[in-house]
Amino acid sequence: MFRQMWCAAALAVAMLPAYAQDATREEVRKLKQQVDELDKRVQDAENAAAQASAQASSRPQSESALNPAVSVILNGVYGNLQRDPNTYHLNGFVPTMGEVSPPLRGFSIGESELAFAANVDHLFRGTLIASITPEDTVGVEEAYIQTLGLSRGFTVKAGRFFSGVGYQNQIHAHAWDFTDMSLAGKVFLGNQLNDDGVQIKWVAPLPFYVDLGAEFARGRQFPAGPEGGQSKNGWGAQTFFAHIGGDLGTSHAWQVGLSHLRTNPRDRTFDDSDSTGTSVTNSFTGTSRLWVVDGVLKWAPDHNPTYNNFKLQGEYFRRSENGDLTYDTAGASLGTMTDAYSSRQSGWYLQGVYQFLPQWRAGYRYDQLSAGTTSAGLVNSGALSAADFPTLNPYNPKRHTAMIDWNPSEFSRIRLQFARDYSRQNEPDNQVFLQYIVSLGAHGAHRF
Amino acid sequence: MNILRNLFLALLCVPLPALAALNVFACEPEWAALAQELGGDKLSVVSAITARSDPHRIEARPSLIARIRDANLVICSGSELEVGWLPLLLTQSGNDRIQPGSPGFIEASQFVIKLEVPKVIDRALGDIHPGGNPHIHLDPRNIAKVADVVSARLMELDGANAATYKSRGDDFRRRWDEASKRWQQAAAPLKGVPIVVYHKDFSYFINWAGMREVGSLEPKPGIPPTPTHLAELVERMKRAPAKVVVYSPYNSPAAADFLSQRAGIPKAMMPFTVGGTPKAKDLFGLFDDTIERLLAVNK
Repeated sequence: MFRQMWCAAALAVAMLPAYAQDATREEVRKLKQQVDELDKRVQDAENAAAQASAQASSRPQSESALNPAVSVILNGVYGNLQRDPNTYHLNGFVPTMGEVSPPLRGFSIGESELAFAANVDHLFRGTLIASITPEDTVGVEEAYIQTLGLSRGFTVKAGRFFSGVGYQNQIHAHAWDFTDMSLAGKVFLGNQLNDDGVQIKWVAPLPFYVDLGAEFARGRQFPAGPEGGQSKNGWGAQTFFAHIGGDLGTSHAWQVGLSHLRTNPRDRTFDDSDSTGTSVTNSFTGTSRLWVVDGVLKWAPDHNPTYNNFKLQGEYFRRSENGDLTYDTAGASLGTMTDAYSSRQSGWYLQGVYQFLPQWRAGYRYDQLSAGTTSAGLVNSGALSAADFPTLNPYNPKRHTAMIDWNPSEFSRIRLQFARDYSRQNEPDNQVFLQYIVSLGAHGAHRF
Repeated sequence: MNILRNLFLALLCVPLPALAALNVFACEPEWAALAQELGGDKLSVVSAITARSDPHRIEARPSLIARIRDANLVICSGSELEVGWLPLLLTQSGNDRIQPGSPGFIEASQFVIKLEVPKVIDRALGDIHPGGNPHIHLDPRNIAKVADVVSARLMELDGANAATYKSRGDDFRRRWDEASKRWQQAAAPLKGVPIVVYHKDFSYFINWAGMREVGSLEPKPGIPPTPTHLAELVERMKRAPAKVVVYSPYNSPAAADFLSQRAGIPKAMMPFTVGGTPKAKDLFGLFDDTIERLLAVNK
């Protein structure tokens, strides 16, 4: 039957060439269209298959895909110090009982950090950063939730977090430009202040950056703690901060901040050695008010820090404390005595870090503290002498620090640092540190 | 006082720019340009970076937080390209409209077929992106796909101007499809041409044009060129020379210069994104200039 049809068609073609040609053309055109369509379908199917395979290969293989981003920071230091870091102290300032000493002599690992972070749901993000110390203890550096669901520039954080006081306090040690904290950070914030509380922050609807924030916290650490807010409803430490920031052309970005930390320390103790050479414990109860002005300026030509960049950073701290000082709380030496105490002290540092080649940076930091004016009633009244509080004798510590580091990738850094440290009165200390810092796992974003 | 009052009144009289319906924050210039095409004056568009900044490495500047705070729509390449700075901007923004998962957040690379999805994920291989190569915008077909997504999202976010977005979107697609055909023809001589890249940021163009990538100046993705690697590459190029070595405006030309001189291969800076060269004023110019520059060295 088909053959007959074909024959008929052939006959028709032979008989009506003009018409037939048209018909054939029409046929060919239709066929071509069909082929094109099929082609397109095949193409689409191929695309879909490729898409499916691409997605399949990027699709998580297990439920671990929903687990938080995990990262580990490892760091190790070789220290060569002229003076034993175990005897480290800063003359002229109340000891903070924080971990302010430089790294140990010889080889030691620094704190290893273990960080987990993920969005909890559409409203919250959670972060836990645990630190494992070389002494085999585990500490909670930060453990907080943060809102994602608020609008109009508001964010709220709750839990334990690095306080927004000053600039460097919020930055994790592995992201510091020098091995150790500024002297001012050591004496005014006990190296680094992380407290349990709530932070409310608001970013203003302006064409440049303005934020305002407040923190209400337990006061578990210096300057409030350890007793500051231990058994108290409400809070033991309040922090208020404001920042302004913006760009200068495309190559410069800057930010300046003002912050204020208010605490009311209760029985804040420190150890000293009195005039008889006996080790005594003294304590302070009163108010502590800290003001910090901070500024940072970053230069990256064309907003591209890959090859060269420069960062200038500085902070100025000013603290006043008023209250009562108790000598020898345990009655171990000359007997327990209490009288008025007040101090006005300050300190600052300025540092610059220049990336002179890709992967290579060099930096210099200058630290200076001013013991300012201190008035102790126990000494003024003649009950005790200044020699009974050797740590509080006026002295202005200072330090020069230089470093060079090599950053083979975004995840590793090897740093050599040299410091001449005048923290101890009449005992300058030369310190050399060779340090590595590496990060494994999720790629954390760093603050400005 | 009078002067102050007059000054104040004068300030009130300063004409304010017409208020845009939506604020769009684009992580990269190509997405800013796309949004501009699709939304015109209904949008106020900013790009976080310029063509001369490396999207992997910029910092979460305060000015960016200020901008993202008021954004209604964020468009980024995604696939972890911006992982060093975007998460921080998002959490600091205090803006629930643009958090991942909400209509105000577009991760462009999720809507295209990604290349170079790694089978093995190990940082010893360099800074690889587990989700695949994120530099998706140098394939015109990908731009078309993302354009459809962005158009739909603009209509969803700003219903009052939906008709405008629809007609602008249709118009763009018509012009884009025409241009794509033109580029397809123009780029025909590039088929099979061996090319050396600086970073794996040119893969989608290479794939689209059917070129052949035979080396990269970076020894591993994200690791800057080293003398040993370059020397090795020069040797390889002497045996099997590439036709061209390309780099982006955010790369230093030094490594490309070195290879070009030692191995006698012409080098060419690609615009890479909108604004990368004077001719790459918009997305059309970007492809025109990219193809033109490659053809010029492929004679």
